[in-house]
Amino acid sequence: MNNLIEIKNLYIEGFYEEEWHPIVSDISLELKRGEVLGLIGESGAGKSTIGLASMGYARQGCRITSGSINLEGIELFDATEEDLRLVRGSKIAYVAQSAAASFNPSHHVIKQYAEAPVHHGLMKYKEAEEEAIEIYRRLFLPTPEKIGYRYPHELSGGQLQRAMVAMAMSCKPDIIVFDEPTTALDVTTQIEVLAAVKEITEKMNKAALYITHDLAVVAQVAHRIMVLRNGRLVEEGETRTLIKKPKEKYTRELLNVRALRETKAITDKMDVILEIEDVAATYTGHENVLEDINLVVRKGRTVALVGESGSGKSTLARVITGLLPAIHGSITFLGKKLPGSLKKRKKEDLRRMQMIYQMPDTALNPKQTVREVIGRPLQFYFGIRGQKAKDRIKDLLRKIELDPDIYIDRLTTELSGGEKQRICIARALAAEPDLIICDEVTSALDQLVAEGILDLLQDLQNKTDMAYLFITHDLATVKAIADKIVIMLEGKIIEQGEKKKVLAPPYHEYTDKLLASVPEMDPDWLDNLLDERASTFI
Amino acid sequence: MLKLLRQSPLSARIGMGIVLLNCLVAIFAPLIAPYGETSVVGDVWESFCGQFYFGTDHIGRDLFTRMVFGARNTIVLAFITTILSFGFGSFLGFIAAVKGGWVDQIISRIIDIIMAFPTLIFALMILSVLGSSIPTLIFTIALLDSTRVYRLSRAVAMDIEVMEFVEAARLRGEGLWWIIRHEILPNAMPPLVAEFGLRFCFVFLFIASLSFLGLGLQPPLADWGGMVKENAGAITFGIYTPLIPAAAIAFLTVGVNLIVDWFLHLSSGLHE
Repeated sequence: MNNLIEIKNLYIEGFYEEEWHPIVSDISLELKRGEVLGLIGESGAGKSTIGLASMGYARQGCRITSGSINLEGIELFDATEEDLRLVRGSKIAYVAQSAAASFNPSHHVIKQYAEAPVHHGLMKYKEAEEEAIEIYRRLFLPTPEKIGYRYPHELSGGQLQRAMVAMAMSCKPDIIVFDEPTTALDVTTQIEVLAAVKEITEKMNKAALYITHDLAVVAQVAHRIMVLRNGRLVEEGETRTLIKKPKEKYTRELLNVRALRETKAITDKMDVILEIEDVAATYTGHENVLEDINLVVRKGRTVALVGESGSGKSTLARVITGLLPAIHGSITFLGKKLPGSLKKRKKEDLRRMQMIYQMPDTALNPKQTVREVIGRPLQFYFGIRGQKAKDRIKDLLRKIELDPDIYIDRLTTELSGGEKQRICIARALAAEPDLIICDEVTSALDQLVAEGILDLLQDLQNKTDMAYLFITHDLATVKAIADKIVIMLEGKIIEQGEKKKVLAPPYHEYTDKLLASVPEMDPDWLDNLLDERASTFI
Repeated sequence: MLKLLRQSPLSARIGMGIVLLNCLVAIFAPLIAPYGETSVVGDVWESFCGQFYFGTDHIGRDLFTRMVFGARNTIVLAFITTILSFGFGSFLGFIAAVKGGWVDQIISRIIDIIMAFPTLIFALMILSVLGSSIPTLIFTIALLDSTRVYRLSRAVAMDIEVMEFVEAARLRGEGLWWIIRHEILPNAMPPLVAEFGLRFCFVFLFIASLSFLGLGLQPPLADWGGMVKENAGAITFGIYTPLIPAAAIAFLTVGVNLIVDWFLHLSSGLHE
């Protein structure tokens, strides 16, 4: 069969720091009808750039310097804007990461579907509407006849993403570029979109480029996978072979992320660091966002607090730290009852409970240097200054595996995301705490970087016997690091216990749903799951 | 600091040159000026000549002398006033933003009340009650100006206050002053500095308006705004006299803003 698209020896450069730098080097790929090619890599690997280049497009500040992009016999590398415009949408279409940002909020979804085909003169508005309904049906959208007549904000994230996929199909392109279409979605909605992608490529016989950073996701939909790093190809292969027998070390690392760590047993005899009894909290004064919270964190152990967004897990962190005083119940920390409000707590108690945040960008003052950030708790809690403080800061930097001489005088804005998060950890460590509350500390980071952070936290716990309260929505992380799991839903704890108990049958109903939705590194996982769900519905 | 100066762009150097020149003139006014500040030495509105470099004013005083002494009064007055209004306004603004709750409510409502009066009328009211002396003038203008500074600094500080690094400082147990001084202030500097440049110039103009109404700097003290007003009538006779102090105001304004631009550029971290 002929290739729908052939890219040969593609080089793309980006302009930054007053110079052109290569961002994609020597990439070649081809796609046949009915085939899905997965592009995978960390941020900065050049995946999106390649995806856009396949449409003959380079982002602002980028240029395609050499190579050939042959789309069904048309060369896009030196095509005119007019030619490109004709090709885009009708032969090749693009589905972006955030559907919510790609829809016009003030038009019906179906009207936006019809816009392109009517504009290209392919069909009349009425015909386009009928087609839209048909595609909505095929993408398993609920009430396909009516859903198009809603506004974008009236659809859920997963529905909107599928409507976006439908829109990309409107001019009947042969190739669709999916750029991280599920990254912004919850695990439970991610499945809907993946099923839609599979429907399009298999039953409608289209080709697709699927861009993602999550190997488990791409394994469900792609036939072949290209692993990219720093704009270069690391490894390419059939999905099954690549997952079973990766050749390159980097691919193995990607496969191995979220490796399980040794679970430590929890017994009743161990020292209790934090005990929460019967806590309730409210923001408004009449509606409780937290109710009946009972929780124990023991020395040297990690308790994972799991739940979807809006389940109240971050609110619980605010209650524990005293930012939001509880309306009743008690918080006992190291054997003493803590006052509800932060202001009434003793400095010593504050020192022994530290917090690490989700977004390292906003958790560090952009005007401070690493030395100031880490030095402040040393000075504030222990009165350490001068040379002594410098030695201690260097010591802490070594603990978080950053070279003290390079990093100590850097501004926090001069660090990468992973480095920033490490500095946040060092700031918490400087206070020598007994408990660290980690609020989604890895969710803003790339997979491998996040893995490094988790390793570091684990390592530090083994050395210092700190306890962690780990707040997350990512079950893969939970599986990897937790000793005890607490599952929250709508402000209540619905299940808690040791990891092996919670993650083994019999499951609680909601736990089961959460667990079943996390993609596994098995190419048949999605098919099996969809079959299973279909059979239970009938 | 020296290194920073060496790296400064041409525009900033020009700005610094202008401000420096004005400051030198202000400091060494008695040495530079050929005549006394208030002495009548010639005819009314004499034109430029070797004896009177800028001619004479509406009652025959040497305009060059008046300009030199005017620099002293105007710059010092405007500078002190702006500093005061910024100190006062941003201080209250930061407290309101960080404390929030009823503290914020009380301060904000008082500021609202002051802002509800037209500034000129409010100034006239205070000055006519207390009498126009330099301290009352400075205090009045600083107070009125600080309401704008308060609004700006409160808004800026509120944006910063919700950042997690401020929360981290709170959780550490830091006090109000430390948070304002170390977490809020460094991040609030860029917009405040830009505002400083603008406010500095507005203060000039405000003093000029007050002088026109007879409540600004009292004659025979020279100030540039007042001199424009005093000599405004000359324009109708095609005499350039009032344009000279006006040009001086414009010149200094541009100079200050060139420096402010450079500073903004530095503190916002833009390097293009």
